[in-house]
Amino acid sequence: MSMSDALPPVQNLPAAHHSPVSRRQGSRPSARRTAWIRRLPLLPALIYMIVVTQVPFLVTVWYSFRGWNSQVPGSNKFVGFKSYSAVLSDPMFRSAAVVTVEMTASAVILSMLLGTSLAILINRKFRGRGIVRTMLITPFLVIPVATGLLFQTTIYGNYFGILDWIVGWFGISQVTWVSTFALPSVVAVLVWEWTPFMMLIVLAGLQSESLEALEAARVDGANAFQTFVSITFPHLRRYIELGLLLGSIYIVQTFGEIFILTQGAGGSNGAATTNFAYYIYKQVYNAFNYSQGSAAGVIVVIATEIVAAFTLRLLSGLFQAAESMS
Amino acid sequence: MAKGVDQRWRHKRGTRQWALGHFWTTATWIMAFILFFPVLWMVITAFKHEGSAYTDPPTLNFHPTLSEFSSVINSTSFTGGFVKPFEDSLFVTFATLVLVLAMGIPAAYALSVRPVKRWRDVLFFFLATKMLPYVAAIVPIYIIATHLGLLNNDWALVILYTGFNLPLAVWMIRSFLLEIPKEMLEAARIDGAGVFTELTRVILPILLPGIAATALICVIFTWNEFFFALFLTTTNGTVPVFLSGFQLNEGQYWAELSAAATLCCLPVILAGWIAQKQLVRGLSLGALK
Repeated sequence: MSMSDALPPVQNLPAAHHSPVSRRQGSRPSARRTAWIRRLPLLPALIYMIVVTQVPFLVTVWYSFRGWNSQVPGSNKFVGFKSYSAVLSDPMFRSAAVVTVEMTASAVILSMLLGTSLAILINRKFRGRGIVRTMLITPFLVIPVATGLLFQTTIYGNYFGILDWIVGWFGISQVTWVSTFALPSVVAVLVWEWTPFMMLIVLAGLQSESLEALEAARVDGANAFQTFVSITFPHLRRYIELGLLLGSIYIVQTFGEIFILTQGAGGSNGAATTNFAYYIYKQVYNAFNYSQGSAAGVIVVIATEIVAAFTLRLLSGLFQAAESMS
Repeated sequence: MAKGVDQRWRHKRGTRQWALGHFWTTATWIMAFILFFPVLWMVITAFKHEGSAYTDPPTLNFHPTLSEFSSVINSTSFTGGFVKPFEDSLFVTFATLVLVLAMGIPAAYALSVRPVKRWRDVLFFFLATKMLPYVAAIVPIYIIATHLGLLNNDWALVILYTGFNLPLAVWMIRSFLLEIPKEMLEAARIDGAGVFTELTRVILPILLPGIAATALICVIFTWNEFFFALFLTTTNGTVPVFLSGFQLNEGQYWAELSAAATLCCLPVILAGWIAQKQLVRGLSLGALK
């Protein structure tokens, strides 16, 4: 018997797992074989992901309960919640939490505002639209480290940078942009990078809008602004939420830009741009404090999972809507 | 007479709309130019001599030269070789891509065309793994890599990057598989096609553009990754690690830095331009088209 003979015909997708047929088959040995043959193509990917994601996180939890500093001999032993209390009472960690929230929120919100405006602008038909679109997505494609270097030299650079040249018109000479405005400098880079991401997601929303609803509004005499507020915006809401949530999940992990531009420095405590990622890096790389790095990691995971839960719910809604349409 | 008024009114309205249209088009072009400018300036500076990169005000009046490119490629610069990291990046990206597609395509198939039981739970497990902050697990990853002898080894990065990209690939390929009309698959089955024939003769040819788009998205994320490449490699660094070496010489070697950055970014920028129609599908894990 060839493999193909054992397989039932293609089933209707949404009904697949609760159809009476598949349940009845589950009790027969050949049907069980069929179920395993079905599962077979899935297994490599599933097992791989379980190993790659769950093992490191379990080990992270393990180390977070130990007092391991690789520079202190004999420190690798069980200490309970000591690393957690050390992390939570570390003013640098609390500062990192605040910085992460400030950096992520301002970058996500500003790039969403800019991205939405650009999406509305390029949703029109005009000459060269393809070129404009291509130009606009490019910032997202540049290697983040290169972006950091590019801004450091070309934009923020002393004497020869573009910003110094521009403020020079107003009689202001040489500002040390990165050290004076550490956090805004990093946020500006992030906004530049993530605006294309937001633009593309909002554009997908604009293009999926029903033309009938827009036409009906126009016939009813609504002007462009009224149409936008009462029809386009409610429709776009889900897309904007998706962009904000996905953007947050990615931007929380920002590292390369900070590594290049500020090394976490700035502000009165000298850590105005040290976010979670950079804090963990400093704990491990400079302080050799593996356990505090791990404890910080566990806290970051818990915080991210809260945002992720909202994202999953939203995606699952979009996903079911798309399925019921097809 | 009334008709004439109507026409004149319409003409006036048309002119206003025409002017407004041009206003918005110009505004769009200006915005696009401003956002594109840093990349453009990087490419322009790459063609300058080191001396003409430092001018106040910044200038476009220079003799274009390829000397910085050749110094980057011939590794005569202070940062060491460009060729080695580029090769490492090519290897890491290619190996990741092969693993991701080899596991991702069958998995996507098992979650759409012939779905396993509880396929929805499996899909959302994949999605949830994409949202983990990997940065948080650097300690165990570093220690595990040390124990396995994978430190400073490209394979450590391949294993990790495959994990980062696999969920994305499963979701994206699945969304392409769902677009294949069911009638087509049923027709093939009535003609007596087995699973293998169905896969190679019916599904793969239709799926190829989708696989290409998925591959390009994975290339972007793999090529640009910096955090783990920095931690897990010393001499076998990928392109972002190589570029970060320029940071040590703050504000120097602009032209050479620009030439190096241009060369390093080129593959991904091209990949992104080619895949731009599918970019949003990749970024939203197949939820948006």
